[in-house]
Amino acid sequence: MTAPNHKWRKFKSGFMQVIAFGCAILVLLPLVLVFEHTISQGFSSINWDFFTKLPKAVGETGGGMANAIVGTFILIGEAALVGVPIGVLGGVYLSEYGGSRLNWWIRFAADVLNGVPSITWGIVVYALLVVPMHGPSALAGGIVLGMMMVPLIMRTTEEVLQLVPGGYREASLALGITKWQTIVQIVLRTALKGIVTGVLLAVARVAGETAPLLFTAFGNLGWTHSLKEPVAAMPLVIFNYAISPYEDWHRVAWAGAFVLLMLMLTINISVRFLTRDRFSRIQAEVIKRHPNN
Amino acid sequence: MALAVFVLIGLIGYELAKGARASMHQFGWHFLVSTDWDPVNDVYGALPYIFGTLVSSILALIIAVPISVGTAVYLTELAPHWLRQPLIMFIELLAAIPSVILGFWGFFVMVPWLHKYLAPSLEKTLGFLPFFKGHNYGPCMLAAGVILAIMIVPIITSVSREILRSVPGLQREAAYALGATRWEVTRIAVLSYAKKGIFGAIILGLGRALGETMAVTMVIGNSPYIGSSLFKPAQTLASIIANEFNEAPPVGLYVSALFELGLVLLGVTVLVNIFAQLLLKTFAGPSVKPQP
Repeated sequence: MTAPNHKWRKFKSGFMQVIAFGCAILVLLPLVLVFEHTISQGFSSINWDFFTKLPKAVGETGGGMANAIVGTFILIGEAALVGVPIGVLGGVYLSEYGGSRLNWWIRFAADVLNGVPSITWGIVVYALLVVPMHGPSALAGGIVLGMMMVPLIMRTTEEVLQLVPGGYREASLALGITKWQTIVQIVLRTALKGIVTGVLLAVARVAGETAPLLFTAFGNLGWTHSLKEPVAAMPLVIFNYAISPYEDWHRVAWAGAFVLLMLMLTINISVRFLTRDRFSRIQAEVIKRHPNN
Repeated sequence: MALAVFVLIGLIGYELAKGARASMHQFGWHFLVSTDWDPVNDVYGALPYIFGTLVSSILALIIAVPISVGTAVYLTELAPHWLRQPLIMFIELLAAIPSVILGFWGFFVMVPWLHKYLAPSLEKTLGFLPFFKGHNYGPCMLAAGVILAIMIVPIITSVSREILRSVPGLQREAAYALGATRWEVTRIAVLSYAKKGIFGAIILGLGRALGETMAVTMVIGNSPYIGSSLFKPAQTLASIIANEFNEAPPVGLYVSALFELGLVLLGVTVLVNIFAQLLLKTFAGPSVKPQP
């Protein structure tokens, strides 16, 4: 026996399925459009000069953003020096030590910290470092990015360490190996790929940041000779060129956007490549499942 | 090392409060409701920026929530299995686009399109609504809402997907056994079960939207505005800080007022984030356990 409204219910079900499919397509649309435009505009503007030359003054054609590319890597390096040790050790503490009550609060604080707007980080580090040092610097820029990495890496490291089976730890402790040795030799080693994945994703996140650098790294038209000088970074140059009225600068900015996008793509693909085997795939999945990633 | 998170939180609060002290002392609570922003006469108020931040974020939610939840439903309930991983990968990629690039694209591609096609047709068909009154000249609140929507869709989608995945399979089977169609199963057994978690995902997206800076700065037009039209340029807390912080002299009321805007922004986003985390934590509690 069929209920009288059976056809209508079937139709409604099919209709909603089409709507859900449409939503998925709609999500992909901006991705396709942004990639299409950046590649078509950026690729044609890329040449050898882009990677090797300094920016040119307004009116002169040509020029590149060699200093900004180097600057971005300097900033990432500094950020990693700050963010990775604190983040990983914090994650180890959360997973291996600590009372559950305190850890709940630490986790909570890290998650809240992840939600702090990037522009807020910028003005905080401005007050903390740029004012006392009498000017923006590469140091301030690196530290602000490093601070932003801390909660990201802490949480991913913790999640990954939790996946290491407890039996591994117990076996090691039963052999009379100290707790710290167990953590370094057994736990961290087992989870290494997952930790690296978390670090790479955090790097990818901060490498594209512009807002925290506006007042800290500030940008620089030439090379940076010391960490106390302002430094150029790709996202900053893209921003400054994009809002300028000069056609030629827009072209360079598109080229920069293209390179930055390719950098993101490379990191994402290398994460996939790194996590091919089963255990690290599970690690990567757990990392990405975390709401902050 | 783990305690570094508390140090960082303390540092953020302390530095912002220190920077904002002069402005708080001068204007008091009036700062939050005043519409003046006049560096020449040193009078400042935050209302237009608070308005811009809230409206652009709510607009983003209105656009992003149905799309994200629809996509999450498609990914967990409907899509063929071979399609799921590639789709998820593309959504992750969308989240990985730096906001400055999205803003750049928004300014040169999306805003002209809005101006040329979407705005005139909205004005013609829905022009009787106060939201679509007036003429559009390019960068505007609507553009900011759309760009923010693009930015928060990935996070709402992926968190909702996790929530939907944690709905027990028995729940679905029971509904099917009662003769429900696929949509009815999704609506009755899955979505209503996951309501609270999805709400948490949405609030998390709201937190992101409130604090987003670069992309919004590039498409919103940067002019203080309070009113109902979405076609007018506006400004948000984050975008005015990005625009004017470098112009302000390092000491004085101007920079202090900007710090206070930062403090307001921090307060709002932290409250929203705490709310989201609590919702997600209470939902995720039991479902973390492996299901039989």
